[in-house]
Amino acid sequence: MIWNPEKECASREELHRLQSERLVNIVKYTYDNVKFYHERMDACGVKPSDIRSIDDIGMLPFMTKQDLRDYYPTETFAAPMSEIVRFHASSGTTGKPIVAGYTRNDLDNWSEGVARCLTAYGLSKHDIIQISYGYGLFTGGLGAHEGATKVGCSVLPASSGNTSKQLLLMKDLGVTALCCTPSYALFLAESLHSTPGFSPDQMNLKVGIFGAEPWSENMRAELEDKLGIKAYDIYGLTEVSGPGVGGECEYQDGTHIWEDMFYPEIIDPNTCRPLDYGQTGELVFTTLLKEGMPVIRYRTRDLTHLNADRCRCGRTMVRMGKIMGRTDDMLIVRGVNVFPSQIESVILEFAECSGQYLITIDRINNNDTFQLDLELRPDCYSDNMSRMENLKKEIVGRLASVIGLKCDLHIVEPGNIERSCGKAKHVADLRKI
Amino acid sequence: MIIQQLSIFVQNKIGRFTEVTNILGQAGVNMEAFTVSENSDFGILRLIVDDTQRAVDALRAANFAVNITDVVCLDCADTPGSIAPFMNILSREGVSIEYMYAFTMGDRSRIVIRTDDLERCDRLISE
Repeated sequence: MIWNPEKECASREELHRLQSERLVNIVKYTYDNVKFYHERMDACGVKPSDIRSIDDIGMLPFMTKQDLRDYYPTETFAAPMSEIVRFHASSGTTGKPIVAGYTRNDLDNWSEGVARCLTAYGLSKHDIIQISYGYGLFTGGLGAHEGATKVGCSVLPASSGNTSKQLLLMKDLGVTALCCTPSYALFLAESLHSTPGFSPDQMNLKVGIFGAEPWSENMRAELEDKLGIKAYDIYGLTEVSGPGVGGECEYQDGTHIWEDMFYPEIIDPNTCRPLDYGQTGELVFTTLLKEGMPVIRYRTRDLTHLNADRCRCGRTMVRMGKIMGRTDDMLIVRGVNVFPSQIESVILEFAECSGQYLITIDRINNNDTFQLDLELRPDCYSDNMSRMENLKKEIVGRLASVIGLKCDLHIVEPGNIERSCGKAKHVADLRKI
Repeated sequence: MIIQQLSIFVQNKIGRFTEVTNILGQAGVNMEAFTVSENSDFGILRLIVDDTQRAVDALRAANFAVNITDVVCLDCADTPGSIAPFMNILSREGVSIEYMYAFTMGDRSRIVIRTDDLERCDRLISE
């Protein structure tokens, strides 16, 4: 089924017309309401009147995550606070999150995107959906929730955690669709097989909706097998809106981007020149309808390609390939965006730390593990055991408050962490995704 | 008497203590007493040796995190009831002990005590 055939199946000409009209409007709106972007356009010698169609988008300057940090918390907002009805926040490098603000229209458009995805996965008002993304500042929970509500699904806002209750409600309510991170889905699947009193044949699940972290075709096969479902990718990011910027269709052959609302480009990350369909480069988004916090040519740092071939499903919207990596060093651990530089800045707050550290990420029993080995300054290895243990607790606590993840911290002997001659190696990501 | 103790941070790893003993042996340092305090991922090895500086140099050269800690050394007879009067004084005077350990040498006992106020502790037990 198709939620909005008029948009999702519009001819490329009609789409071009719509994108052009919307780009002209959003550029003028942003220029008039966001000071830093106004100045940036002026610095580039571009006026809103220079933008006449979507083909002119290349004239516009980029926005980056650093901009959203520099203008924390709300200087990138275009709408007055009286029109903002929701905030979300994602982690940032220096302990400051990136705050996104949404107007009522933004929430409507966001849930429109999610509704298109859910419908493409075959869901309707006859489905019962369990949303096991975290609810709160993270966009996953509430984003999926409102989209599912729009479709008319019966929504179970389970949030994350409390696995046995999740399984009990899944069974007793006859839940047909599960929405969460793929790693949590695998954890639930394993629990379903190993917890006494539960078995896969008691469940009524048909569809899995997974996103917020990278996952592989192998993981898809495993999830489909263990849960007896079809597993679909849902894509999104807080800076652009949240989950539902795009999603797969029944053919599971690329992620359709709802490009009437979120215009994607692929650029060469070094030269910033636009690349053609099929070429792999950095994904860039322009929000064509956002009012609260519009972004124009926002560099996602995700590496992928776009495919404009007509999909068998009938949708005309471009399809994005799998995310092949990042142009920066961002890690996604248990669905949380983590930058090694965030960890480093916390470590350096502690005078006892020498600055030598190693982050080790692995995936054990389908759960991401996050270990931090840390060296101290040689004279800071205290003779006092409780002082050492308190230091450990303080660092773990401070890190958790900054990046939102608890690490397994090991204080190691000086010289224990391998030194390298060139760029220091601070991260070992051992996950095979 | 206030004496110097070596405090060495060691990860819980097979062979780590062996290395300490090899290094000290090669440096010609004699160990008089030691104790280990541990948690799940590391231990603190505390040592009394005959030549503290030489031991520190040798261990640092091998990249060990070793520091010198002052401790009080109490010398008393190795007979029943010898330690009790000293402990009575310390608890009466409100001296809080961080850690302690003991060893015997011939007919004498040596008790190593670490407190937050070493001078005072030393004065109390000397009186």
